[in-house]
Amino acid sequence: MKTILVITEHRRNELRPISLELITAAQDLRQAGDDKVVVAIIGQQADAYISELSLQGVDEIVTVKTDSTEFDPDVYEATVSALIENQQPSVVLLPHSIDSLGYAATLVENSNYGFSTDVFQVEYDGDDLVATRAGYNQKVNVEVDFPNKDVVILTVRPGVYKPIEESATPVITHQEPVSVESRSRNIQFVEMASDGDVDITTSEFMMSIGRGIADEDNVEQFRELAEMLDATLGCSRPIADAGWLPKSRQVGQSGKVVGACKLYLAMGISGSIQHMAGMKHVPTIIAVNTDPNASIFTIAKYGIIGDIFEIEEELRDLLG
Amino acid sequence: MKILVAVKEVAALDEDFELRDDGRDVDEDFLLYDLNEWDDFSLEEAMRIKEESDVEVEVVVVSVGPDRIEDSLRKCLAKGADRAIRVWDDSMEGSDSITIGRVLAAVAKKEQPNMIFAGVQSSDEANASTGISLANKLGWPHAAVVAGLQYQANDSKAIISRELEGGLSQEVEIICPAVLTIQLGINTPRYASLRGIKQAAKIEIEELSASDLGMTEQEVGTNSAKSNIRRMYVPVKGMAEIIEGTPAEQAAKLIEIIKKFKGE
Repeated sequence: MKTILVITEHRRNELRPISLELITAAQDLRQAGDDKVVVAIIGQQADAYISELSLQGVDEIVTVKTDSTEFDPDVYEATVSALIENQQPSVVLLPHSIDSLGYAATLVENSNYGFSTDVFQVEYDGDDLVATRAGYNQKVNVEVDFPNKDVVILTVRPGVYKPIEESATPVITHQEPVSVESRSRNIQFVEMASDGDVDITTSEFMMSIGRGIADEDNVEQFRELAEMLDATLGCSRPIADAGWLPKSRQVGQSGKVVGACKLYLAMGISGSIQHMAGMKHVPTIIAVNTDPNASIFTIAKYGIIGDIFEIEEELRDLLG
Repeated sequence: MKILVAVKEVAALDEDFELRDDGRDVDEDFLLYDLNEWDDFSLEEAMRIKEESDVEVEVVVVSVGPDRIEDSLRKCLAKGADRAIRVWDDSMEGSDSITIGRVLAAVAKKEQPNMIFAGVQSSDEANASTGISLANKLGWPHAAVVAGLQYQANDSKAIISRELEGGLSQEVEIICPAVLTIQLGINTPRYASLRGIKQAAKIEIEELSASDLGMTEQEVGTNSAKSNIRRMYVPVKGMAEIIEGTPAEQAAKLIEIIKKFKGE
């Protein structure tokens, strides 16, 4: 019998979707009938998420009512360490999220712990746990295992596993909070300034530009092209970071998910995992890129391996 | 006052690459090395604090890696870092991010900085855990994915902006000294000047081995790794239908797809 421990995540009184995805990943790791999936909720209002997490296949929900409502790296480190002590799990699944990035690495001091991050596939090969992650800027996949490790801690990529919908009635238990001295303090959450610019989340047809446009002076011609095509202009992170387009036009994990989009034209975007998190759901993606190995081609429906400036010129000619 | 900036030389793949015979990594001949993109931003943040400060601020860059990483350290020196430290010996080959974090912590104990920056992640492996592992080993306060920082040399607290998902950010007050992992876009990194490059060439890069840091062979390299690479492979490409032809033909096909989408 083994235990798979899931650490959930919430923010501003809402459970983050990855919490449910992790439960599916945990389910997939069950091998024997007596294997156990334990789901942990940490925070002052932990009880509030019990019903949402009472899904089929969850054997136990353990709540830890800490003093803080929002994520705190010191509290999470101490609490998850205590959970691992108490539950003796074989596998611990954490979200590969901004919050986890703040403390996951602190959990693995013990030499008997295995660790890997941003994994998008986890399975057993016989008795060996095997996780798959990406390497070399998403160009290759890497399969890792964890020889002689009693506990394996994994952060799992969001958006990979589909949440289970059927509800159930798991056992509810509580763990006493650990006393910790917090060294950082939440001041406030700040929403991205919308600056009266367009709302890219409602657009059905987006044309986004990326690093391939190379120079700020080239932004204007693509803005014009987007207008000619009647598409909403978006961008990838480097363009917003450079200040060439406002942050509100950035598609991706730290920008916006373009939920309404049905046609996405990616011009000179290589397709970082963060960018793809904002648009990979779009049914028709067309990518133009000079690099045939660009990851954007792995999710695109149509691809043009070529120079965005040449294509742009030809499109202008055709649109007259 | 001293700021320690942990940097990494990352590897990118050549357009056509081959895997090693054992199938567990890419053949070294097909790797192109450069300073990690995130590190340009953390170095710039340190330089900004140095230049805005009334007290003297020393910016020290540190990296773990073989001879070749001197190029990346020189790049940091050319941008204005005062000193560079390279840690390496052959036993360190195969060290993972947690081990690198421990090695960097040992350097920090020696250097006694007042603040430490590291990149959020490296572009090649993207473990996103080295900086936090370092903080943990030192027992310092830490925060990840910092996209804004209000801090002056020797402040006992900093106000940081953590970049969260979906366009949200969080303002957090953190006790210093601290380890912060720095996100892209926090500032606009400078380019090295010709003068900077010339001056950097004269600075000697300090070298340390595992034993200089009091670490044994068992504590570094594959011996201390938290995972083991079974195999590496090129993922099956998606279903992208490649539009062939001249740019004019490709553009025409593109218009056709767009028109069809619009129902024209």
